[in-house]
Amino acid sequence: MSRAVGRNVVRKDGAAKTAGLAQYVDDLTLPGLLHARTIRSAVPCGDILRLRLGFDIAGFTIVDARDIPGRNVVSLIRDDQPCLAEGQVRHVAEPILLLAHEDRERLLAAAVDIEYRAREPVLDPARSPLVFKRVAIGKGDVDDGFRRADLVIEGEYRTGLQEHLYIEPNGMLAIPGDGGITVVGSMQCPYYVHRALAVLLGMPEDRVRVVQAETGGGFGGKEDYPSIVAGHACLLALKSGRPVKLVYDRAEDMLATTKRHPSIVRHRTGVTRDGRLTAMDIDVLMDGGAYCTLSPVVLSRGCLHATGPYRCGAVRVGGRVVMTNTPPNGAFRGFGAPQTLFAAEVQMDRVAEAVGIDPVRFRELNALRPGDTTATGQVLGPDTAALDVLRAAVARSGYRRKRRDYRGTNRGIGLSLFFHGAGFTGSGEVSLRSKASLELTPAGVRILAASTEIGQGQRTVHAQIVADALGLPYDAVEVAVADTARVPDSGPTVASRTTMVVGGLLKQCAAEMRAGLGRLTPAAYLRRHGPLVVTKEYQPPPGLVWDDEAYRGSAYGSFGWACDVIEVERDPVTEEIRPVRVTTAHDVGRALFPLGVRGQIEGGTAQGLGYALTEEVVMRGGAMANAQLTNYLVPTTLDTPPMDVVLVEKPYAHGPYGAKGVGEMPFDGVAPAVVNAIRSLGIDIREVPATPERVMAAARVGTPAFAREIDSGLRRGRRNSGSGIRDSSTTLRRQRPTSARKPRTVPR
Amino acid sequence: MTAAHRPIVFTLNGKRVSLRVHPLKRLLDALREDCGLTGTKEGCGEGECGACTVLVDGQAVNSCLMPVAHAAGTKVLTIEGLKGRHPLQRAFAGSGGAQCGFCTPGMIMAAAALGPRPTLDQVRTGLAGNICRCTGYEGIYRAIKDSNKALGARRSALVGRKTGSPSGWSPGASAPGSPKDAKRRPASPKPAGRPFGEGGSRR
Repeated sequence: MSRAVGRNVVRKDGAAKTAGLAQYVDDLTLPGLLHARTIRSAVPCGDILRLRLGFDIAGFTIVDARDIPGRNVVSLIRDDQPCLAEGQVRHVAEPILLLAHEDRERLLAAAVDIEYRAREPVLDPARSPLVFKRVAIGKGDVDDGFRRADLVIEGEYRTGLQEHLYIEPNGMLAIPGDGGITVVGSMQCPYYVHRALAVLLGMPEDRVRVVQAETGGGFGGKEDYPSIVAGHACLLALKSGRPVKLVYDRAEDMLATTKRHPSIVRHRTGVTRDGRLTAMDIDVLMDGGAYCTLSPVVLSRGCLHATGPYRCGAVRVGGRVVMTNTPPNGAFRGFGAPQTLFAAEVQMDRVAEAVGIDPVRFRELNALRPGDTTATGQVLGPDTAALDVLRAAVARSGYRRKRRDYRGTNRGIGLSLFFHGAGFTGSGEVSLRSKASLELTPAGVRILAASTEIGQGQRTVHAQIVADALGLPYDAVEVAVADTARVPDSGPTVASRTTMVVGGLLKQCAAEMRAGLGRLTPAAYLRRHGPLVVTKEYQPPPGLVWDDEAYRGSAYGSFGWACDVIEVERDPVTEEIRPVRVTTAHDVGRALFPLGVRGQIEGGTAQGLGYALTEEVVMRGGAMANAQLTNYLVPTTLDTPPMDVVLVEKPYAHGPYGAKGVGEMPFDGVAPAVVNAIRSLGIDIREVPATPERVMAAARVGTPAFAREIDSGLRRGRRNSGSGIRDSSTTLRRQRPTSARKPRTVPR
Repeated sequence: MTAAHRPIVFTLNGKRVSLRVHPLKRLLDALREDCGLTGTKEGCGEGECGACTVLVDGQAVNSCLMPVAHAAGTKVLTIEGLKGRHPLQRAFAGSGGAQCGFCTPGMIMAAAALGPRPTLDQVRTGLAGNICRCTGYEGIYRAIKDSNKALGARRSALVGRKTGSPSGWSPGASAPGSPKDAKRRPASPKPAGRPFGEGGSRR
């Protein structure tokens, strides 16, 4: 039967990457190559008054907005972002001018003096005058739900910016020729770049060719931003008539490119005395930065995950994402869900605490089950695994015993239960109309898809799926480079969709090809009948209906389910929180490439630990003040604890071989599990990253002697440095008793 | 301009090279641009991420922080010098040690500097200057462990010939206190730890 699927085959890209032979964009060079540099805004908001070049321009190619042959926009959702600033700037590091020269030393030495008339920037999202997108989700009668509650618990939760920190910075190589342009570079979505370039350059689409170079990590950071890097490289290449390479250094990449949206999420939860949820009222605010980018979709996914994986008859979710004069925020693994799931899962621990029920029991009572409906009214299928992952993680970690044993020590243990919708939201997959193809080769078959290998194992998993569906050996399957001149548009490599959606298309292609081949070998078929290419286009599974206006229906084809149990140790002197062990149970439908699935879970978890504890983007005057690895702290080997990964497999009927998505989900639950572990130490933290400073402040709040000091000093300091309102320290409100009040069981 | 510079001579992957470049040029750039060896990567340019790790006289160094002049007279080993045949390379490819691959060359070189059969504690300490954003490091530990197994089978062949003295790497010689580890190394490392991989108690 199955020969490659479910086995730990050798990665398709393993040998080249470990030999140092894989070609990333900065490894490529061409005769006559120019190096490029971007001159950026130094102020968050203002008009450009004067621009003076303080260098000898001989040998330089210089590009500004007037050199743009097409429209000066980074074409994506709303074309509000200029590729090069014209007259005014709206965030620090906004690109204004482009330089290219063959000598990198001279290029870097070139001084450009820009005079601005600065305007007052908007840095506080709560005071933003511009809303990019609002989302409203409603289910049941929320007011009635609160009337039926015995307790109402309120809370406000905050998450910070996060830098992707793919180890390979952004970069593109543009090569002009034959009235068109070819771009090779680091990216997740060749067809996003392709579309953006056609608009920017005013070129017909067939004159623009976009090729993915080996890509050193993406995590969403190379979903939308590469369109800008590619645009800049192309403008310089077209003006100079020479190949141009634009590769960011680390500081520039951190300063200028997108980050995870910061969030403020407020919860009001009604619960009965016996621990059943009666109402959830959730308000989500996200900071989109200066331009819209992907913010509407990030907000949407955030709101769709805002309740956490719980059954509740009355839900109201209101979300908005707003403009501030900071570099635009964009896609980042989880795409809005980590922010809202953080709030939901810390809130659930507080609700459980308020009603005096153990966090595991509380989740068991309320977790979504097959046949339940989500906030949008989606009826969950038999592959709903919330209880399964919860029980697996609790049993494997020894949670209950440790929770008892750690009491009164500096060890804490906490958990989170979470889910993640795989694929584009709602009608997204339908409108994408993704295509993928298979082409017969003498030795076997070649996959033609625009999906990109960014480390997640796309080439390997796609080849496994095709090999088994065709009945060919894994080694007979070749994966073509994602090159818009050769592969169809399979949609972007985002949203945990590459295995489930594109892999599904490839499986269909393979089934049809197998039927066409009959008993012939590929070589024999080619000899007898000539070339064979099979292409399939996405069709939604039956019953998947979504109303974009009302936010009702099936938001996702399927959800993955997961539970993290995280143990931490508190240093009583420095207030440093050190993660010491992670146990995580993940349902991914079916693990087609178990080693790869494990790698996604472990990697996503480590990234989540950084988000939870150390990765603080310090913003000063609208700019990242710690744009370097010296003080932007991503987890090293010494910061990352042992991880125990449990795979739970609840196959999804419409995924290839039962697979759902796995890329993003592992990130989602880490921060709340860490914070719940810290909370088990009696420290009331509601914000990540939980830096020693925050832990110290929160730990002191618990001590009455320090309460006044906190109120007068520390708190104010934090309020000033933050960007918005903080909630009051008391958030648990006991409802006025009403005559009719008595504990009730909430119906499903 | 370059003609004015005195040649800088060193051994690169077992072969003598002579470069007429600015003596303060980063070793990383000299390797990538003047020697055509692009396997060594630049991730941060400030000595924090370790993607540019190479071995100089058996010690792991960040080549982005080292002027090429300092390499004069040394034996430099880059990822290309392992020729794709080192047990670490095979294990990284097969055991989940490499995902996006950008940290991989530096990670493998730093792991090579640990010598054969390091304990898990030695690995965690020795690789603390190499950042991986994809794996959470668990896949890297698995790969090193698996390479130990392979090493067990082929140890004598390996130490003597393949990656031995011609290119400057003598296994194990550099494990304690390579310069790039120093900044992250705790005051008193405890190398004993759990046995790691087959026969992990050897060291």
